[in-house]
Amino acid sequence: MKGKSVIIFLLILALAGAGVYVAIEGISIGKYEISPVNESINLGLDLEGGVFVVLEAKTDATGDELKQKMQEAKAIIDQRVNGLGVTEPSITIEGEDRIRIELPGLKDTQEAFDMIGKTAELQFINSEDEVVVTGKNVKDSEPIYIEERITGKSVPVVSLEFDSEGANLFKEATEEAMGKPEGPERIINIVLDGETISAPVVNDVITDGSATIEGDFTIEEAGELATLIKAGALPVEMEEVQASEIGPTLGLESLDKSVYAATIGIILIFLFMLIFYRIPGLVANITLTIYILIVLFTLVSLNATLTLPGIAGLILSIGMAVDANVVIFERIKEEIRLGKSIRSSVDSGFKSALSTVIDANITTLIAGIVLFNFGTGPIKGFAVTLIIGIITSMITALVITRLLLKLFIEMKITKNTKMFGA
Amino acid sequence: MNLQIIQKRNIFFIISSIVIVIGIAMLFINGLNFGIDFTGGTLIQIDLGKEIPVSEIRKITDEYDENADIVHAGDENHEIIIKTTEDYSNEKRNEIFNKFKEKYNLESDKPLQSEKIGPAIGEEIRNDALIAIAIAMVGMLIYITFRFEFKFGLSAIIALIHDILITLAIFAIFKLPVNVSFVAALLTIVGYSINDTIVVFDRIRENLKLFKKTDYAKLVDTSISQTVVRSINTSFTTFLAIACLYIFGVDAIKEFALPLILGVLIGTYSSIFIASPIWYLFKTNSK
Repeated sequence: MKGKSVIIFLLILALAGAGVYVAIEGISIGKYEISPVNESINLGLDLEGGVFVVLEAKTDATGDELKQKMQEAKAIIDQRVNGLGVTEPSITIEGEDRIRIELPGLKDTQEAFDMIGKTAELQFINSEDEVVVTGKNVKDSEPIYIEERITGKSVPVVSLEFDSEGANLFKEATEEAMGKPEGPERIINIVLDGETISAPVVNDVITDGSATIEGDFTIEEAGELATLIKAGALPVEMEEVQASEIGPTLGLESLDKSVYAATIGIILIFLFMLIFYRIPGLVANITLTIYILIVLFTLVSLNATLTLPGIAGLILSIGMAVDANVVIFERIKEEIRLGKSIRSSVDSGFKSALSTVIDANITTLIAGIVLFNFGTGPIKGFAVTLIIGIITSMITALVITRLLLKLFIEMKITKNTKMFGA
Repeated sequence: MNLQIIQKRNIFFIISSIVIVIGIAMLFINGLNFGIDFTGGTLIQIDLGKEIPVSEIRKITDEYDENADIVHAGDENHEIIIKTTEDYSNEKRNEIFNKFKEKYNLESDKPLQSEKIGPAIGEEIRNDALIAIAIAMVGMLIYITFRFEFKFGLSAIIALIHDILITLAIFAIFKLPVNVSFVAALLTIVGYSINDTIVVFDRIRENLKLFKKTDYAKLVDTSISQTVVRSINTSFTTFLAIACLYIFGVDAIKEFALPLILGVLIGTYSSIFIASPIWYLFKTNSK
């Protein structure tokens, strides 16, 4: 029994040690690879730097109609954001009429803000103020260079390709324009969100469904316009109600300092447990290490995003994990004082602490779940780590702490009750 | 340990009442120091590379809002945080930053942080928070009633309301900033305090079988004495962790850690000195 217990104990210790190593350094065996936690965990904008905007739809639509419009708007914004070339953008519908756009690591925010929120309704309007064809009928759009007719200089323009319906409408419109006397009456205005961006004079009937928009563009501006036209117009006007931009230095500083603070906090807790509870304290420290590993790997595998409030939730839940151990150890001490042997004290201590630990954690869990469901942004991040933390702490305290304590007793290292803090 | 809590209960009730009354008075006189999370507004944080007095910074910000709130941040106070309750557009925020960039020859093209919150969003966050707290309380009341009895549940909830009022009172008295972090912290306090209270109640429930029905005072005192070491140790370790956050963390984390530190202290206090004596009153007055 004694030898077996030593082996199992050492095995658990080795596993925990290996876990810590993998979490810090990562590991690769053959084609399987586990990255270190700090590389594989998703960092929130507050830790990584980046921008987010929340847009609100200006519409009277409700119910299913609103839902559909929001879905359409999201799809269009998705396309526009893709045009920006940001890695890992996150675009979500928040509540009923809002869209939250998170762009980690983006630098040129002014441009992004301007582009994402635009309604981008493209219209071709003839001299009689009739809309002849709209952006809806545009199949493709790209920035290209053409030679300017008079100077021969190469200038950026936006090329358009209509779908078959659009090509037809455009053909009819150009035919009609050609039927008019030469001059301003032949103009077809190209209007974006009510603003004329180009006013070309029709020189020919266009039958192949292609057109170009000339203007005073740089190639970047032409590219942006093409992306906007290709993605199409938003079905509703959107207004920016919240925006935030966090520089990468601030994010990095926040992360470094939080990790530092957490490390010091954990070391202090470990020391306290060891001094106050001796052997059970050591057991609690091993359990807590395993607890922290489980929480981190759970966060990684759930693809959860770690934010600043999330780190606070994590540290708080470590406090709660310690609590479960403290409740159990205090019980064991009481039993020892009643004159029981260490073995039976551990057994009955666990038994009587069980209901306390479960009731105390479930009530806190209720608060966590409510937070998760009603909170947005930072509160949600906090709630996620708190919930994962509470569940893990309950399980590790009741299973791992208990197993380790029993192994210690089996190993018969000491009969001195002082080593159990009593 | 043999504590005499029940006998001295009125002392604790009076202490708490005084704090709450002063707090409510301050609440009516000054109101709470709501952050821009709740009022809507703009925040810009800029690294100026050296410490610049607030009066000099105001020369720029007064053009926009004379009531803007300006504080220093960072390890050597090289950074400034400008807060105003008006929500400025992205262009305007950049314009303000560029004025600083020009005057102080900043290398960076961007502020460290720039944020705007529409007023409607602020109001929503506030309402959501209140609803969340109410729902959490009802959920806990139901759970405790189911696992213990209604009188335990009610006493625990009264202790929670006590915690929230005391926290609000302290924030009103010291004019501490009330923002989204504060709400999350408040909800944590609710969770933490109930955790603490349950441990004591659980002991009372267990001891009910051992004591005569007439001697509730002794029952409560014994139960508190039996659990007090645990309460102190748990609060102390949690306090250690959060205090480290407060000491070593960045400003955003500090705002979060402060109400949590208060919450741990208040939660521990109320579970020992408020929740159990209230349960005692319910028990002895009902017959």
